Amino acid sequence: MSGQLTVSQLNEKANKIRQDIIRMLENAGSGHSAGPLGLADVLTALYFNIMNFRASQPEWPERDVFFLSNGHTVPVQYAAMAEAGFFEVDELMTLRKFGSRLQGHPERELLPGLENTSGPLGSGLSQAAGYAYSLQYLDDQKHRFVYCVTGDGELNEGNIWEAAMFAGKYKLSQLVVFVDRNNIQIDGTTEDIMPLEDLRGKWESFGWHVQEIDGHNIESIIDAASMARAITNKPSVVITHTIPGKGVDFMEYDYKWHGAPPNTEQAREALKKLRTLNGKITSGDEA
Amino acid sequence: MTYHLQDNLFDEDVAQEPIRSGFGRGLKAAGGDNESIVALCADLTDSTKMGDFAEAYPERFIEIGVAEQNLVTVASGLARAGKIPFTSSYAAFSPGRNWEQIRTTIALNNQPVKVIGSHAGVSVGPDGATHQMLEDIALMRVLPNMVVIAPGDSVEAEKATRAIATNDKPSYMRLAREKTPIFSTDESPFEIGQAYVLKEGSDISLLGTGTMSYQLLVAARLLVERGISAEVIHVPTIKPIDETTIMTSVQKTGRVLTAEEAQAAGGFGSAVAEVLSEKMPVPILRVGMQDRFGESGEPDQLLKEFGLTGEAIAEKAYDFVKKVPRYKKGY
Ligand SMILES: [Mg+2]
Repeated sequence: MSGQLTVSQLNEKANKIRQDIIRMLENAGSGHSAGPLGLADVLTALYFNIMNFRASQPEWPERDVFFLSNGHTVPVQYAAMAEAGFFEVDELMTLRKFGSRLQGHPERELLPGLENTSGPLGSGLSQAAGYAYSLQYLDDQKHRFVYCVTGDGELNEGNIWEAAMFAGKYKLSQLVVFVDRNNIQIDGTTEDIMPLEDLRGKWESFGWHVQEIDGHNIESIIDAASMARAITNKPSVVITHTIPGKGVDFMEYDYKWHGAPPNTEQAREALKKLRTLNGKITSGDEA
Repeated sequence: MTYHLQDNLFDEDVAQEPIRSGFGRGLKAAGGDNESIVALCADLTDSTKMGDFAEAYPERFIEIGVAEQNLVTVASGLARAGKIPFTSSYAAFSPGRNWEQIRTTIALNNQPVKVIGSHAGVSVGPDGATHQMLEDIALMRVLPNMVVIAPGDSVEAEKATRAIATNDKPSYMRLAREKTPIFSTDESPFEIGQAYVLKEGSDISLLGTGTMSYQLLVAARLLVERGISAEVIHVPTIKPIDETTIMTSVQKTGRVLTAEEAQAAGGFGSAVAEVLSEKMPVPILRVGMQDRFGESGEPDQLLKEFGLTGEAIAEKAYDFVKKVPRYKKGY
């Protein structure tokens, strides 16, 4: 955690992380745009307010841990980690390049600060649940929390619901999951491909405490995490409504940006959109 | 170093016990040595022999239910929290059903999770082909970082369990359901990565893993009566495979027969063939399941039907030695 940032500073940080994402993806020439942009506010809240950690000491035994379950959105985690001081921001430009620590999907052993290796969907939640079980039942460390982000398309995976049952059974109250409810997956909208609703009802019936929030309101994200930590007899899921591609108007809501990076022209345009909040303000810096 | 074998190996009343029982004892003992060891089971606690651990250390036993994908991925998370998780189910389900989760969250993620696959091989018997796992060796030995072990009897399984508890690596151990003869003793050595010469010979090297190593001892004894001197090597660690012991034997005998209660394709015999084809291309005969599934039946009946008995292997080895000239350098 890096001191106390104000809400407006957190919003600026999220904007910076979105710009990092655009530059990384444009430079990489492949990767996913929509998910990482949509999750920028959640990851900003986690890395700059919610979680306890020491960037200079990634294995700090008192830390909160973060498990990314939908590994394809890792550019947003890399950007948040770099901005939080785990490594130099310049290294973000090595994303997906040969020899980089920033693999296309996260590999724990390569980059200190990552807690898991993920990419194939549906397994990160179980890993987070395993860690949370250890904290609650084996280590008696009640002051540490396990945060996990999953996609919504990812909820098609059976492994997710095995984990949901497990966490419900054991009342893993130190487990806090943010479901990135952006309503898209690769082939189209979630409700067309494999409907998830009633999503709240599904989680509730598995024994979870459920909140629904605006995933672009950083105060709401922080409040939801705070509420989740106060629930001591259930695991918590926060259905986090986000706009895929958030911050770059021509990417927003369009599932075609799920698995595509911007080209040079699109990246320049996207950065301009981010700096001007889609034309609502004048940017002092057009570089 | 001479391997210490039981004295009454070929008697009618040779001691027998399921290999999985040795795992149960080893896990409980390892749990006593190290508080980081936790055990996870997918609704098969008694039949995979986790019961003793669960009773001794209930706070470190985690029931997962019939959910093998969750079994290994929860274990991966526990390993990240500093634990040494042992997971058990039937091999047909773990690693049969959850192989990708093992690949990504244990092997690539390089966490010291122990995947225990019980009820491997056709000797599972009446349950039939669905439950007779034959492809697990192939599935697991192709994974980078993974150690693969098939103990030869229950006494060795206990030692192997304690060994993988402290090797700090992703590990797979294959167990069998039925009672099988105990050929090793408390004094017999076990080290991960080590193969053991059980009997010396000069005409052919018989290499076995798991339940088949005892059958090779039976085969070698029958071959003596027919004038053939077979060397028997027990290879409990399939990965990393002990190239030195295998090469030393083969240099002497010039012929190899491998035996496993698994698919001959991709399994232990293939691992041996990979080593020899590059280093010393000797004639090799791989005994195992020949591209088919098992079926229901009594274990003995099935082993006989599929040629996985000492008698059947002796027959094959005899023909092989008679028909195939031994390898000479410069072939
Ligand atoms: Mg989605």
